[in-house]
Amino acid sequence: MTKVHVSTTINGQPAEFLCEPSQSLLDVLREDLQLTGTKEGCATGDCGACSITLDGTLVCSCLVLGVEAAGKSLGTIEGIAKGDELHPIQQKFLEHAALQCGVCTPGLIVATKSLLDANPAPSEEEIRYYLAGNLCRCTGYDKIVRAVQDAAKTMRGEAA
Amino acid sequence: MESFAYAAPATLDEALEILKAHQRRKVRTQLLAGGTDMLVQMRTVDREPRAIIDVKKLKETNKLTLGAKETYIGAAIPGVILTANPELNARHPGLVEAMDLIGSSQIQGRASLGGNLCNASPAGDTIPAIIANGGICVIASGSKTREIKAEKFVVGVGRNALKPGEILLGIRFPKPAKRTSDAYLRFIPRTEMDIAVAGAGVSVTLDKSGTCTAARVVIGAVAPTALLVPAAAKALIGTKLDDAALQAAGAAASAASKPITDKRGTVEYRRKVVAVLVRRATRIAAERAGAQ
Amino acid sequence: MSEARDFRSIGQRVIRPDGVDKVTGRAAFGADYALPGMIYGRVLRSPHAHARIVSIDTKKAARMPGVLAVVTGADFPSVGSEEITGGEGAGNYKDLATNVMARDKALYHGHAVAAVAATSVAEAEAALAAIKVKYEKLKPLLDLDAAMADDAVLVEEGLFTSGLPEKPTKPSNVATVMELKRGDVEAGFREADIVVEATYRTPTVHQGYIEPHACLATINQGGQATIWASTQGHFDVRSSTAKVLGLNVSDVRVIPTEIGGGFGGKTTIYVEPVAVLLSKRSGRPVKMTMSREEVFRASGPASATKCVIKIGARKDGTLTAMSAWLAYEAGAFRGSSMAPGAMCVFAPYKVDNFLIRGFDVLVNKPKVAAYRAPGAPQSMYACESLLDELAAKLGMDPIDLRLKNAVEEGAQAAYGPKFNAIGFRECLEAAKRHPNYKIPLGQDEGRGVAAGFWFNAGMQSSAEIHINEDGTVTVIEGNPDIGGSRASMALMAAEELGVPYERVRVQIADTESAGYTNTTGGSRVTFATGMAVIQAARDIIGQCKQRAAATWGIDADMVDWADGKAIPKPGVNADVKPLTLAAIAANAGRTGGPLLGRASLNARGAGPGFSVNIADVRVDRDTGKVDVLRFTAIQDVGKAIHPGYVEGQMQGGAAQGIGWALNEEYVYSKDGVMENAGFLDYRIPVASDLPMIDTQIIEVPNPSHPYGVRGCGETPIVAPLAAVANATHAATGVRIRELPLSPPRVLAALDNAAGSAAGKAAG
Repeated sequence: MTKVHVSTTINGQPAEFLCEPSQSLLDVLREDLQLTGTKEGCATGDCGACSITLDGTLVCSCLVLGVEAAGKSLGTIEGIAKGDELHPIQQKFLEHAALQCGVCTPGLIVATKSLLDANPAPSEEEIRYYLAGNLCRCTGYDKIVRAVQDAAKTMRGEAA
Repeated sequence: MESFAYAAPATLDEALEILKAHQRRKVRTQLLAGGTDMLVQMRTVDREPRAIIDVKKLKETNKLTLGAKETYIGAAIPGVILTANPELNARHPGLVEAMDLIGSSQIQGRASLGGNLCNASPAGDTIPAIIANGGICVIASGSKTREIKAEKFVVGVGRNALKPGEILLGIRFPKPAKRTSDAYLRFIPRTEMDIAVAGAGVSVTLDKSGTCTAARVVIGAVAPTALLVPAAAKALIGTKLDDAALQAAGAAASAASKPITDKRGTVEYRRKVVAVLVRRATRIAAERAGAQ
Repeated sequence: MSEARDFRSIGQRVIRPDGVDKVTGRAAFGADYALPGMIYGRVLRSPHAHARIVSIDTKKAARMPGVLAVVTGADFPSVGSEEITGGEGAGNYKDLATNVMARDKALYHGHAVAAVAATSVAEAEAALAAIKVKYEKLKPLLDLDAAMADDAVLVEEGLFTSGLPEKPTKPSNVATVMELKRGDVEAGFREADIVVEATYRTPTVHQGYIEPHACLATINQGGQATIWASTQGHFDVRSSTAKVLGLNVSDVRVIPTEIGGGFGGKTTIYVEPVAVLLSKRSGRPVKMTMSREEVFRASGPASATKCVIKIGARKDGTLTAMSAWLAYEAGAFRGSSMAPGAMCVFAPYKVDNFLIRGFDVLVNKPKVAAYRAPGAPQSMYACESLLDELAAKLGMDPIDLRLKNAVEEGAQAAYGPKFNAIGFRECLEAAKRHPNYKIPLGQDEGRGVAAGFWFNAGMQSSAEIHINEDGTVTVIEGNPDIGGSRASMALMAAEELGVPYERVRVQIADTESAGYTNTTGGSRVTFATGMAVIQAARDIIGQCKQRAAATWGIDADMVDWADGKAIPKPGVNADVKPLTLAAIAANAGRTGGPLLGRASLNARGAGPGFSVNIADVRVDRDTGKVDVLRFTAIQDVGKAIHPGYVEGQMQGGAAQGIGWALNEEYVYSKDGVMENAGFLDYRIPVASDLPMIDTQIIEVPNPSHPYGVRGCGETPIVAPLAAVANATHAATGVRIRELPLSPPRVLAALDNAAGSAAGKAAG
């Protein structure tokens, strides 16, 4: 098989890789670039554990080909915290005990950031529907929804 | 062909050139839009190598216009763009609703109207809505462009009317007449993330008195392809869309359906629910039309 | 043993020590490890649910590009019959070995028949396609009725039912029969004013953890293996893998990775021994992950069941007799959770006469594994539904009926022992008082109540505490942290030592670095391993007192420990300043060497857990769809160490129970092929399916634990099944005695009821 050379940007840094034309971007991130924060739960777009942003749009990286990353800008869980500081969403997930096993957490945080960047004050219903593609089997979603609401508040600059 | 290949042409001419070359060399070729169905199939039921031509970079597949006479939606525009467009929402609310129902927020970032149509699943959510809106498929065919009605585009389970070398560029819709609106409803066991067990896309036109003067009723997931049901429309036209008319339209839809029993539902269940969806979608479409 | 005290750390909603790694993507789960030279293993699985394996030809596959090893059942050693102890759920090592890799028969669709290791996943998969297996198809047995029929085909030839007073005369698919009884059940039914009886069925369901099974294994020429595995119990992975491969336990080191959910499903092994054998054949480290489809088809779901319950009561609601006939599908090998299901079914109630009979039945489906309170949700769904039917017939409030018969301290449990302090009555009373029990309901809405029960486990745990040179604390233990247990361990160590929580860190150590510890399961970790941590901390305190005494030149028994400091007891005539843990640690080299505390124990007296759930639903009569509007979970947890994670257990269990009640099920073709092996059609609840889950923690301290802890993780999944079913009945007036309450089933039942009502009216 002939591998394809791809130049892209990941979390603001230029990156290059070689991949098979049929290889998923998730696979490239995890196996070739060792960015294992993005998780695989199903590889069919049903669980959201592999959520990333592609030119700012939330996608499942398992449903994107690695070759499609050429010239694009990718955002993964590894790029959410700014240097030494956690993003408010990450902080609120911790404070609200919004994770148990933690394997769905990177995808949920990436998805939550996409939601709040577009909609700073979502209703509970909007949060639940926006995050419906991120399966969590541990929490029953209650504490996740509360963490998202609280993070939104913080990001809006309101006191918690 | 022993391995996969990928190309992302920047122009339609280039795309057609590649298609032609592959055709000549008898290379299995597949067009890629959002890929939310295709990549899953590639990993499960159909792993055979093929040449993938990504059509997301073409001007023609990305154009979105809301003209005085018609709406044009490029085949590869992802749902997230369509649902965020207030003008499109106002003009074809049921169509946008149908698009929005497909998969998660993540899927919406990729999945497109054209992809949903080409995938030709009996349960494809946008297909009944496209047909209800009188959609016309715009197809690049060699150096020419040909058009076919949306209800003729899907020809069977997973099969569409594109010939080798052709590309679906977009879908044209007539601008809805005054006091015309649409709605799409589907039934799924959860609130999100499921495939439709049954679906119904309805478009109605009312006169000033509230009498229905035109209607298109389309049902999904209850036959190998989405079905335009003229008998259901006939039951609505000339009525004030009262309960009796809705019951009659639902019954007509139910009678026209040819469902199967599978892991998602039974024949009996689908027959019953499709009638419920036709009634409910008609009511919503009528409310929207009346509010204009 | 439980002490009344004011807690400083216990009960605080602290941030878990492993939290930052888990919100930043740093935490490494099973599939996140890599080693130099690593290759990939994939498994070939049976396309038939029941078939004799006539031959396997791997020659072509072995020659394919990138392929470095191919193995089949013939490459594994033969394993003798021996019961598995220590794990969660019953089993036998011979069966386990045969489940890991089929030998002469494929016993379910998805059963492993061969495996390949290659330099890429694509090459490994291509090689699998080149393996030629000749099968002789056999008739598959796919449900309890078929498997228990007199003339049924045998899943395991020559299987004679165990648990009967005499060996039966002919083999059958019933592996085990179990009976529990007290009093005279027939006399009890004769005493009753009212007797109700019904049959309930539940489908095969899956734990649905988001992380598929994954491991990385390497073995050297000397036969020493190292395995990184996502598991609830690395000591069990060690013993099971050693047994399946004929290795010494001391030659297998298992390093637990972070675990992305298990719920009982990661208490056994699937790919681990295969990875080790492929590593042995290839000389390379081998990584194996299951796809989501493989997880559904070939890991261990929970039993489908058929339960017949009969209850007799007096007019005032007093139960006079109860009987249960409980059949559980084991899958292709014996060992379902029938026994705990039988032991739990009547546990919440005082009844003098009962008879419980349980059946463990083989079918051609994957071998079931533990799933959260294994066995209890199915049998208690049946009993708690029938109690609801009884309450309606008696015209009693369903909570009052349960209060009338609730077990309390001193009552003898149906499964044997006398209850110590328990909180069932407290849960029922809290439910009765709860504002959610009084909210008015609208059209097509209904409210259901049900109780839940789980024994909770103790078992073996070890813990070490190291006091570092700056006085900070490292706790070393051996239970994979599946839902925040590091935080609980750190809180208990901080509480005991009197130091701030933030100065305590917890390491989950591998099999060579932590003392032997049973699996994370049975809701045992906070109770049993927590007890070991507390004892290890007390060991440290004893040592600190001695060090302080030596420093001060007084007797150790004249030293107290308070607020994280050694202080002289009142009346000690010495001019000494209290010594902090940090001061003692800094001076440890001069007072006897490093401070190292230890404990190992087999914890007894896990306090049983009771719960009461209230579910409100709305039913769409046109489509049969049931929506949960409100859900209230009330549970006695003894003492909540970290209330946030306790609530999380209650909410997560509720969500799984709601999924089980409404939509989750394995859909099989007539050939025994699961048709919905993916998250698209195996429908676990998504965020928009659920309301907030209201929780109320009840704390009736467990007298067997220093802080009163009783397990809390499993009880929450038990009550939701019947609570939702009872609510659906309340909303519709129609009783559906089979799960899931999926829209087609509910609509058919509503239409049937309407049809028969119309028929009656017409007649």
